[in-house]
Amino acid sequence: MRYLARRVIAAAVLVAVVSSGALLLTRLAPGDFASELFGAGASADTIARERARYGLDRSPVSQYLDWLGRAARLDFGVSLVYHRPVAELVAQRAANTGLLALVALVFATLLGLPAGIITGSRRRGPLPTILRGLSLVLLSLPSLITSLVLVLVAARTQWFPTGGMQSAGAWDAGVFAGLADIARHLPLPALAIALPLSAMIERVQSQSMGDALEMPFTLSTLARGVPHSRLVWRDALRPAIGPVAAMYGFVLGSLLSGSFVVEVVTSWPGLGRLMYDALRARDLYLVAGCAAAGSVFLAVGTLLSDLLQAWADPRLRRDEPGGTSGGPA
Amino acid sequence: MRPLGAALLALVLLAALAAPVLAPNDPGQTFRTYLYAPPMRPRLVTADGRWQPPFVHPLRLVSRLEQRYEEDVSQAIPLTFFSQGKLARLADESRGPWLPLGADREGRDLLARLLFGARTSLGVAMLATLAALLLGVLAGGVAGYRGGIVDEGIMRVAEFVLVLPAVYVVLALRAALPLVLPSWAVFSLMAAIFALVGWPWVARAVRAVVAVERTREYAAAAVSLGAGHARVLFGHLLPACRGQIGAQAILLLPSFILAEATLSYVGLGFPDTVPSWGSMLHEASNVNAMADFPWTLAPAAAIFAVTLAANLLVEKPDRAAW
Repeated sequence: MRYLARRVIAAAVLVAVVSSGALLLTRLAPGDFASELFGAGASADTIARERARYGLDRSPVSQYLDWLGRAARLDFGVSLVYHRPVAELVAQRAANTGLLALVALVFATLLGLPAGIITGSRRRGPLPTILRGLSLVLLSLPSLITSLVLVLVAARTQWFPTGGMQSAGAWDAGVFAGLADIARHLPLPALAIALPLSAMIERVQSQSMGDALEMPFTLSTLARGVPHSRLVWRDALRPAIGPVAAMYGFVLGSLLSGSFVVEVVTSWPGLGRLMYDALRARDLYLVAGCAAAGSVFLAVGTLLSDLLQAWADPRLRRDEPGGTSGGPA
Repeated sequence: MRPLGAALLALVLLAALAAPVLAPNDPGQTFRTYLYAPPMRPRLVTADGRWQPPFVHPLRLVSRLEQRYEEDVSQAIPLTFFSQGKLARLADESRGPWLPLGADREGRDLLARLLFGARTSLGVAMLATLAALLLGVLAGGVAGYRGGIVDEGIMRVAEFVLVLPAVYVVLALRAALPLVLPSWAVFSLMAAIFALVGWPWVARAVRAVVAVERTREYAAAAVSLGAGHARVLFGHLLPACRGQIGAQAILLLPSFILAEATLSYVGLGFPDTVPSWGSMLHEASNVNAMADFPWTLAPAAAIFAVTLAANLLVEKPDRAAW
C-alpha cells in the first residue's frame, strides 16, 4: 500500500513537472499567441491590445503561478485558439489517442507475442527463420514509414480510408453505423503503430523465452514427460513473460511518440495533432494541458506495467518493489 | 549478419560522399516540363529486342492534367560513363534530362535530392550522435565512478528524460525556438536538441559498465599507483565501455535520422530548399500526390536501409536455444 502511494506521488510529480515545463517553455519562446495570430504585418498596438485581452502581458512568473493555482483545482484554463476550456478539448482528443494506442497495443501483442514464443523456443526450421527475418524488417520500419506505406496502399487499393477517424454523416445512420465507421478507419493507423512495436515485443519475448528454456525447471518438466509444446506454451511462458511486461511501461513512451507521427500522417484527431497545433500557435494553456494528459498516460502505463510484472513473477512481490522501471521515489 | 549491416551502412555513406559524382543533375535544378516525371530506368534491350550498350528512353507527356508520362520507345539516348565528372550521364542532353528516380512536384531530380539529402540527414544525425555520446559518456562515467548522491542525481535526470516520449520533447524544444531560421542554424539546433534527448541512453549503458569495472583489481591498482580520478576514469575504465558506446552510437544514428525526417515532415525542420530526407518526405503529406507518384517516397526507402543496417550491425549472435 505504501508502495502504491509512493508511486502515485511520483506520478503526480511527473505530471506537474512536465506540464509546468511545457507551459514555461512555450511562454519563454520567442513570439506569443498574439504575434503568431496577426503575423508580421500587424501594428504593435493591435498586438498589445490582444495580449492584454488574454493576459499574456503579465510576467512569466505571475502567469505561471496563476495557472498553477488554478490547475491545482483542475481548471486548466481556456484555449486561446479554440476559445474552449482546455480540459474539454484535451479529454476528447486524449480519448481518441487512447483508443488508437490501445488497439495498436493489442495488435502488437497479438502479432509479437506468439512470434516471439516461436522464435525463442525453436532454433531451426522455416517458420522461425521467416519470423526472425520479418521481425528484423519491421524493426527497421519506423511508424513514419509504415504509416506512409500503408496510406499509399490504402489510396491505391481503396481497402481502407486513407485518413481521419470518421466519415461525415456516418453517425446519422445510428450508433452502430457510427461505430462501424470508426472501426473502418482504425486499422490503418493502429497497424502503422503496431508493426514496429510487434517486432520489439517479438525480440524481447524471444530472448526471455530462450532464457526460460535454459533454466533447470524446464529439464525437470521435460523429464516428467511433459510434451515440449506444452512446456513452451504453459510452463516456460509464465516466467518468460516478465521481461515483456516490464517492457510495456517502457513501450508506452514509444507508443505515444509513434502515435504522434501516425496521427499527423493519417490525420487522426488525437492528442499529438492537438499538441502540435497548439505548439505552433503558441497556445500555451493548451500545450500545458496536452503535456499533462500525455504524462498521465505515461504514469498510468508505467504503474500498470509494474503490476503486470508483479503478477507474472511472484518473486517481485516479496522483495521491496522498486527495482523495476520506475525506481523508488 | 554483421558484415551485411556494415556493408549497407558503408554503401549509404559512400553514396552521400560521392553525391556530386553520382547525381546526374543538380539537386536544386527544376525541370519545368517534367513535374512528377516517373523514374527513367537505364535499359539494355531496345523495343525491337536488340541488345545495346546502356541507354534510356526519353519521356513523353501523355496527359498534362494527370501529369502522366510515357517512355518514348522509338528513341534511345545512350549513356556515357565517367565524363564531365559524372559517373553516368546522357550522351545527348538536349533531348531532355535523365531522371533515374523520377522528379518531384517542382520537377527536381529525386536521385540528386536523395543523394545530397543523405549528406544533410546523415550529417545532422552524426553530429547529434557525437554530441550525445560526449554528454552521455561524461555523465554516465562520472555517475558510475563517483556513485552516491552524484550517481543518484544524474541517473534520476537521465531516467526522467528516458521516460518522456522523445518525439514530443524534440517537438516542444524545436517549437520553442524561432520557427524560421537559416539552414545552418536549423542544422546545429537540431543536432543539439537530438543530443539532449539521446544522451541518457549512452549514460545508462556507460554507468552500468563503469560502476562494475570500478571495483575490479586493475582499477584499484591504477589508484594505488597514484593515478588521478580523471586518469582512472578516462584512461582505464572507459575503454571497458567501448562495445557499449559503439552499440549505442549505432542505435542512436538511425533514430536521429528518423527524428530529422519527422521534424521536417511536420514542417519544423529543414525548408524545402534544403534537400534532406525529411524535407523530401514533406511532399508526401499530400496523400493524393503520393498515391499517384509513389517514387516520391524514395527517402523512406533510404531511411529503412540505414535503420536495417544499424539493426543488422548490433544484432547479437543467436544463442543456443532449444
